[in-house]
Amino acid sequence: MQPSRSKKQFLTRALAGALALAAFSISASELDLNAEKGLEIAKEADRRDLGFGDLSNSLTMTLRNKYGEESVRAMRTKTLEQENDGDKSLVIFDNPRDVKGTAFLSFTHKVGSDDQWLYLPALKRVKRISSSNKSGPFMGSEFSYEDIASQEVEKYTYKYLRNESFDGRDHFVLELDPVDPKSGYSIQHLWVDTEEYRAWRTDYYDRKGDLMKTLTISDYNQYGDQYWRANKMEMVNHQTGKSTELLYGDWVFGNGFTDRDFTKNSLSRAK
Amino acid sequence: MVNRKILILLPLLAALSHTTGANELSGYAGLEARAFTADPLDSAQSDAGLSASLNLEYYRDFDDGNQRVVASVFGRWDSEDNDRNHADLGELYWWKAYDSFELYAGVRKVFWGVTETVHLVDVINQDDALENIDGEDKLGQPMINLLMERDWGTLEVYGLLGFRERQFAGQEGRLRAPLPVDEDAAAYQSDREEKHIDWALRYSHVLGDWDLGLSHFSGTNRDPLLLLTEDGLLAPYYAQIDQTGVDIQTTRGDWLWKFEAISFKPRGEGRQTAAVGGFEYTFYGIGETVSDLGVLMEYQFDERTGPWSTASQNDIAIGARYALNNTQDTELLFAVSTDLDNGSRFSNLELSHRLNDRWLMEAEARFFGNADEEDPTYNLRNDDYLQLELRRYF
Repeated sequence: MQPSRSKKQFLTRALAGALALAAFSISASELDLNAEKGLEIAKEADRRDLGFGDLSNSLTMTLRNKYGEESVRAMRTKTLEQENDGDKSLVIFDNPRDVKGTAFLSFTHKVGSDDQWLYLPALKRVKRISSSNKSGPFMGSEFSYEDIASQEVEKYTYKYLRNESFDGRDHFVLELDPVDPKSGYSIQHLWVDTEEYRAWRTDYYDRKGDLMKTLTISDYNQYGDQYWRANKMEMVNHQTGKSTELLYGDWVFGNGFTDRDFTKNSLSRAK
Repeated sequence: MVNRKILILLPLLAALSHTTGANELSGYAGLEARAFTADPLDSAQSDAGLSASLNLEYYRDFDDGNQRVVASVFGRWDSEDNDRNHADLGELYWWKAYDSFELYAGVRKVFWGVTETVHLVDVINQDDALENIDGEDKLGQPMINLLMERDWGTLEVYGLLGFRERQFAGQEGRLRAPLPVDEDAAAYQSDREEKHIDWALRYSHVLGDWDLGLSHFSGTNRDPLLLLTEDGLLAPYYAQIDQTGVDIQTTRGDWLWKFEAISFKPRGEGRQTAAVGGFEYTFYGIGETVSDLGVLMEYQFDERTGPWSTASQNDIAIGARYALNNTQDTELLFAVSTDLDNGSRFSNLELSHRLNDRWLMEAEARFFGNADEEDPTYNLRNDDYLQLELRRYF
């Protein structure tokens, strides 16, 4: 019995090994193709948004805990596109009232850490702050700093997973793997429509690989016959039961912003 | 003197009330309770007190955002110390952007520097010493200020017109020198007294991870010397000084490295130096939560001696900031500063917690432990206190 059993086991193992090897060699080449296709889709989405120049808008953020209790944040943002680097942006807080007048300046970079400054109105002080806090919550919300930062192609590696239809649209489903080791995520799954390359949904997986949050994006409008911007984003945290809804408004493109509107000096003047 | 200059700006403000553009009035009202844990050194002083404060801020933008007028006032009413009943016009200025520079004219507050525990290079505004002893509350300073931003950096030139004297706690007030200060007996080194026109320059630049600043101030020192008068009171003496300062911060991942130094020269006396430097490091998302713990260490060196000596000649300050990153922005700050020569210790605990959109609660506790007779904090050895403030913003 004993020899026969071990012989059978050996055969099974050898067979399984051979099958696994075959499967691996197929998926390896598929992986290359899928990575290439994923990156191409990300680049195409980015390319379609090139040249917007600058924009400003207002933003209401509603935080809901698992009991449905709400608190509201209000802010205004200004963004300046940079040709060979990440965008420059300025956020001015209006609500809660104790942080009113606080302003946040950020230079995102395609590679390396971002530059960030905070203006504290009570002290009239501009402070350079660390940008390495990627996974921390923004204003106590379910959005982390990396979720709201300018999304640059270089910040992830990509894999095309499949096409999927919902709400009457066909989507590419991509897997994004953050380049930054300080990211709070292992991977993200992103749904981009195949027609206009707009993001409609993202699933965020924590470092253990468990589903953590889902972002749903809706209410898109087109500006300048080219640039799509959503008026509504909702982030649901499956692990805590909390959620955050963002409602955008007052979109203005072509404000004529220059680099001088995004300096430490202009930050201290932001209202 | 100051008031007359402010009056010049008032018609301008009135004229602007008919122009269009963004404008807004905001502010807060606060109620503060303070309790001291030990009996006062002077029986005239009280053990506890209540006070109320009001802060109003207004701004108006016009000329397509190329001009702005700002006004802000602050006032406090104190139940115990009449001298702590005070009001200040913190800001009343006009700003205009020209093609190649910006102009500010009026009363402003300006902050310079990078470090947390001592603000050596920050010399423009007088301390509002009645508000807080930490040197972070300031009185408005009348000035004309030109600012240029170029690829090579930012250059600011200040003409500081009119001097603000420091105000001190009264006989009944706590957190004061053993003798009350007679503000009416203030004396100046300059013949022009408080009319002396001071000037200042600052160059600053951002180079990648580095934030750099170089500054110079020439004029009436904001920190008075306290001299004993014939009446047995203390009289402030305002010397003329030249002070050159440098401030540097480099931001590397979770580390912030900070340094400030000044070369301080009172007129007719030798040059003296002071410096402060250290780091802040933050642990993000501690213990599987979204909270952060920041730790801070700064070393303070000050060779100024005799009447010029400060409480930070050879001191080490360590601190921690714990932020829950919750909806209420609950934050706890703790710092201890120890004199390495005489062992005097100053501890500071601050807690802030938002109640809702409009209400904020702040608590503060300060302890002057182990105060050595030679240390300036010796005067405050019995003034450990707890303070709770509620603010309503509008």
